[in-house]
Amino acid sequence: MITREPDQFEPAINPLGELGRKVLLTARGAGRALIMLGHATLAIRHVFHRRNRRATMEQFFITGIKSLGVITIVALFTGMILALQTGLELRRFGREVNIGTAVTVSLVREMGPFMTGLIIAASVGSAMAAQLGTMVVSEEIAALEVMSIDPVRMLVMPRLVALTIMMPILTVYTNILGVVGGAIVGETQLGVSMRAYFDNARLYVTNRDLYVGLLKAIVFGISICTVACHQGFSTSQGAVGVGQATRRTVIISFLAVLVFGYMISRIFYK
Amino acid sequence: MSLIRFERVRKRLGGRDVLAGLDLAIEKGETFVLLGSSGSGKSVTLRHMIGLFRPDEGRVWIGDDCISEARGRELERIRRRFGMLFQNAALLQWMTVIENVALPLLEKTKLPESEAYEQALRRLELLGLADAVEKLPADLSGGMQKRVGLARAIVMDPEIILYDEPTSGLDPVTSRAIDRLIEDLRRRLGITSVVVTHDLHSALAIATRIGVIHQGRIVEVAAPRDFVRSENELVRSFLEAQYITRRGAWENREGTS
Repeated sequence: MITREPDQFEPAINPLGELGRKVLLTARGAGRALIMLGHATLAIRHVFHRRNRRATMEQFFITGIKSLGVITIVALFTGMILALQTGLELRRFGREVNIGTAVTVSLVREMGPFMTGLIIAASVGSAMAAQLGTMVVSEEIAALEVMSIDPVRMLVMPRLVALTIMMPILTVYTNILGVVGGAIVGETQLGVSMRAYFDNARLYVTNRDLYVGLLKAIVFGISICTVACHQGFSTSQGAVGVGQATRRTVIISFLAVLVFGYMISRIFYK
Repeated sequence: MSLIRFERVRKRLGGRDVLAGLDLAIEKGETFVLLGSSGSGKSVTLRHMIGLFRPDEGRVWIGDDCISEARGRELERIRRRFGMLFQNAALLQWMTVIENVALPLLEKTKLPESEAYEQALRRLELLGLADAVEKLPADLSGGMQKRVGLARAIVMDPEIILYDEPTSGLDPVTSRAIDRLIEDLRRRLGITSVVVTHDLHSALAIATRIGVIHQGRIVEVAAPRDFVRSENELVRSFLEAQYITRRGAWENREGTS
């Protein structure tokens, strides 16, 4: 059940008690979020039912198409900044041509999924939390449960599917645009021809880099969706609560992107 | 045997006993109005009826089913017997009126889409909303949203409808129109209704019995005719706060029936 009775606590006796309560509440929240994720994963078997299919396509549109503009700009500039900064350093050794590798490897391994994750968390994740939070506050979720319509299947599952699939696609898009951005800076600012840049880029990027980057994107997509939906569903106390849920979604998703990003890198690059 | 029964239900929320051993019995086919001031526990009582809250102690029965202990499919089966109108209608904002009303049919039955929309349309016509079918809830007035909520509540032909403050936030004319709809549903479809409100005029107009809840207990249950003559101090203060005298209210009721 998503609709829950409000929490009730006796006042904490001392700061230690308060700390203990916070730890327990955090653990409980994480547990509930994971249970919801499991539940949504099980519900994926219904994704091809006509109604769910429509809802899922809508989420694809919101996640993918609507974020394209900002992702395009961020990706181009990320590549351009990477090329400019590394290029200026490499120039001291006369190795400007290596910006191809520097830009491509850092984008594919780290910056691509990382930047995409941050953008999606801030735009799509926060909007998800706000929407679901508002639905909780206006009793729409309770109404669904009273009608025995599963809110996780109806609302979380399409978002989970869309984010999990769109994140790697958007990441590839970010990577490509970033590399192109780097090439433009190389050609115009550093005197590295496009041809030399791309030849150099191909030299050191392995398939593994690509797979690990995409794995990160998938993990980020799942975490952002889980955090956003869980925070949205946990909203209480009206409009203020919706604001808090949105804020917490952005913070926790950013942390998740950073921590999971590091952990995956650590596992694959020892 | 009564259709809805509360047996010494206790519920503690936010550090106080919201329900303090509440006993209640509602008969089939009646319109039971639960009156009480804010924070007296009436909405919490309603939420126990449909299994959104669970009692700390005691049980809630719907006929032979104990909803307070049901889970999963069992809970789903019992909830099928209910429709509920929420305080702010609780319509899904991104769906049109007809999609909202057809939603339970599309989700919970195997009806083809065309048939589901057909049935939804019939309920909307019943409530005088035939012109609004393609509108979004945000484009409707509060009273119309409540009527759409009511159409959604009756689309699965429930035995029992729960109303959470059906007239709050509405002007008097619209409020009386909602009252007439509730009365109509009881008479035409034999639906059992439980109405939570603090609108006494509405209570007197539609109730077969009125129960007053105070500090988590039912302190008075009476038919409207006896209710206005009650000597209970709480009831008197309620009546006087809404300018209803022993004679006047009764005449009002005569006027509406």
